Amino acid sequence: MSDANAPDGSASGPSDGTSDPPESATAAVVEAARESDLGLVVGTLLAIYAAATLLTFTDGLNSVAGLMETLTFLGLVYALTALALNLQWGYTGLFNIGVAGFMAVGVYTMGMVVRSPDPAFGPPGLGLPLPVGIVAGMGMAALLGAVAALPALRLKADYLAIVTLGLSEIVRLSLQSSAFDNFLRDTIGAGTGGGRGMGMPDNPVRELFLVDGQAGTPTALGDPVFGVFGNGGLGISHPILIGWGYIAVLAAFLVAFYLILERLGRSPFGRTMKAIREDELVANSLGKDVNLVKIKVFVIGCALMGLAGILWFGSQGNVSPTPQFRPLLTFYVFIAVIIGGSGSNTGSVLGGIVFAAVLFEGPRRVGGTVRGLIDAETPPSFGDALVSLDPVTFLAYATDNIAPLQFVFLGLVLVFIIHRRPEGILGDRIETAAAVDLSERPTGGESDE
Amino acid sequence: MGTTDSSIVDSARARPGLLFVALLGGLLLVDLAAKLAGVGLGPIGGSISVDRLGSNLWNGVVIGLVIGLAGIGLSMTYSILSFANFAHGDLVSVGAFSGWGVAFLIAGLGDVSVRALLTVRDAGNASPGDIGAHILTTPGAILVGLLAAFVVTALLAVALDRAFYKPMRDRDGISLLIASIGAALIVRYLLQFVYGSDRRGITASVDASNLAFDPLGLSVNAHELTILVAAVGLMLAMHGMLQHTKLGTAMRAMADNKDLALITGIPAERVVTATWIIGGGLAGASGYLYVLLRGTIQFDFGWLLLLLIFAAVILGGIGSVYGAIVGGLVIGVVFTTSTIWIPSDFNQAAAFGVMILMLLLRPEGLFGGVTTT
Repeated sequence: MSDANAPDGSASGPSDGTSDPPESATAAVVEAARESDLGLVVGTLLAIYAAATLLTFTDGLNSVAGLMETLTFLGLVYALTALALNLQWGYTGLFNIGVAGFMAVGVYTMGMVVRSPDPAFGPPGLGLPLPVGIVAGMGMAALLGAVAALPALRLKADYLAIVTLGLSEIVRLSLQSSAFDNFLRDTIGAGTGGGRGMGMPDNPVRELFLVDGQAGTPTALGDPVFGVFGNGGLGISHPILIGWGYIAVLAAFLVAFYLILERLGRSPFGRTMKAIREDELVANSLGKDVNLVKIKVFVIGCALMGLAGILWFGSQGNVSPTPQFRPLLTFYVFIAVIIGGSGSNTGSVLGGIVFAAVLFEGPRRVGGTVRGLIDAETPPSFGDALVSLDPVTFLAYATDNIAPLQFVFLGLVLVFIIHRRPEGILGDRIETAAAVDLSERPTGGESDE
Repeated sequence: MGTTDSSIVDSARARPGLLFVALLGGLLLVDLAAKLAGVGLGPIGGSISVDRLGSNLWNGVVIGLVIGLAGIGLSMTYSILSFANFAHGDLVSVGAFSGWGVAFLIAGLGDVSVRALLTVRDAGNASPGDIGAHILTTPGAILVGLLAAFVVTALLAVALDRAFYKPMRDRDGISLLIASIGAALIVRYLLQFVYGSDRRGITASVDASNLAFDPLGLSVNAHELTILVAAVGLMLAMHGMLQHTKLGTAMRAMADNKDLALITGIPAERVVTATWIIGGGLAGASGYLYVLLRGTIQFDFGWLLLLLIFAAVILGGIGSVYGAIVGGLVIGVVFTTSTIWIPSDFNQAAAFGVMILMLLLRPEGLFGGVTTT
């Protein structure tokens, strides 16, 4: 999915007449976008939408809107999680690879608190209101974060990585366990559902559009929206429209995350975090309480991961520990942060959006489209594809098994970035610990001329 | 006796965590003794047969040997190249698939199509019984497979090093760790692409393959015995190599003090290559043996084993080859005997818990730090 050329069609007009340094219209657009981070985020989204339209426009508006909705949802949730991880890793240098575990704790706690005490099926819950559940989920994730911070105080980064990975696996195995489920049901009266997982409470956004969430009974808000965009107008299906409503909520959370973390990063506390990242010993020597800062960062970051987990998986109907909270999820988020350049909030948002569209969802869609163009039967296995000695048959096998190839591609991207662009693909955005930019020479001093 | 008492009190005060672990361990031992005697005292005690404990311990030792064998390579690369290699678990899987492909080829050639054999039953629909791989019926095939697992994995480890790690030798441990996560993804999903994603049976079942040791209440499988012999043999070979060859001395020197080793003229790159060959080869062999033990294979089993391998290496102390073996045995025994006290869903979590406790209380490991001796 190459979208580099997508935005310049619209922008080439105004830059034609100017006589300024940028050599081409594309360079001018890139220049302008770099100056405005918001512009870059919007530009990236537009480029992704253009590519999505190109892939699906033959199937009608409904498919285009649906694909865009999927990509935007994934981009936003990855951006949310990447922001939380960036606080720990990018700003403070704490290498936490237990992200999946903290998200699981957040969403499971929310589910257990909010689910009805006597559900039709699945484990019982406590039956408390949703906001209580969200706060409880963040609280539990923060508590686990405080526990995880204990090893962070005394271990080297690579040991911390192994401990946090172990912790996230312990969380996953506990949620998976039916013995743990029964134990919780007996003691607090709410269960996890074990390996079968649990259904999530109804999304309140759905009830904004539909009375009691029932299809076919739109509310005062739902009626005009469905009338204009839905079956009454443009013909976009109602779940997709409700999905867009939820995206607005996610976008609001993203802005809130961003503002909180930016403010935190620029505060004295933020400078201490960056100082710890650069040189822990120096920060300690200057009288900063390194341990306390690390604990706080772990608690805040993990609470945000818990919230991101709730917003992400809590809206997906059903959660279950094993496919969803594998360590792979953590690595996805890491790749998103690395792409954007760790240490920058804008980078994390961009990285999340780019990762979701280009690396996560893109290959599947492109693979599916290519598969549709090939007129060959898919061989049942790699061995059969190989002995057929027919490149078309092999391509059919490859595009039908695009998922593993996608992970191979992810791995290659990861290695490539670490080799060539350790500062991130989207430019060096890391914020230095100093309040002023030390790398820039003061202008106006004496010169040799 | 006053002085001894006060020193015990002092050390307990200095390390409350260690005291807690010691008390907990003591309590579990008392509980185990009560269970064996069939005495119930409130929360402790209960009943458990000697047979069950014996078979738990034996299974733990066998799994522990496999984990320890895989841990040797991880420990070596960790100490000599100074990074935690997250692709090590997938080297274990590579060894299993390549080794069993070759073993199948020898055991089933003529009866079953070659592509079904080489893809370890992904293509075609031959059953494990059709191929008939078992140590009692096709010992040659099993042994050649073990050799193939070693060689193929060693080659792949060197290739990964050349492609991914060599260009970044001077970078920090975290960068290398992230690169190894990338390498792990590449290897694991290429395995899935080539061999398919389903879990499938490997070994044929043969009558009378169990040897019973009646006085101990043990029933020992022929495959478990094979693993015991192969793993101990490889470990002894490793010991001989480290202690009695020039390469082994160079490796120990590199692990102890890299700068000093370079100054004395040790060819660093050659030692690194040898480390990958031996460490990767042992990982591949351990994966092959693990499948022999379990009888099934799946593309990501090595990745799922990785944390247990890490636990073993950390327990023994990173850099110590003997520590990795002992750590593997401890983790294996914890893995199987923890089911006496906790539900079996949690035996893996118990092993991770032991690892985390070890890191918190004694991060240098049982054998204390970087010593390959």
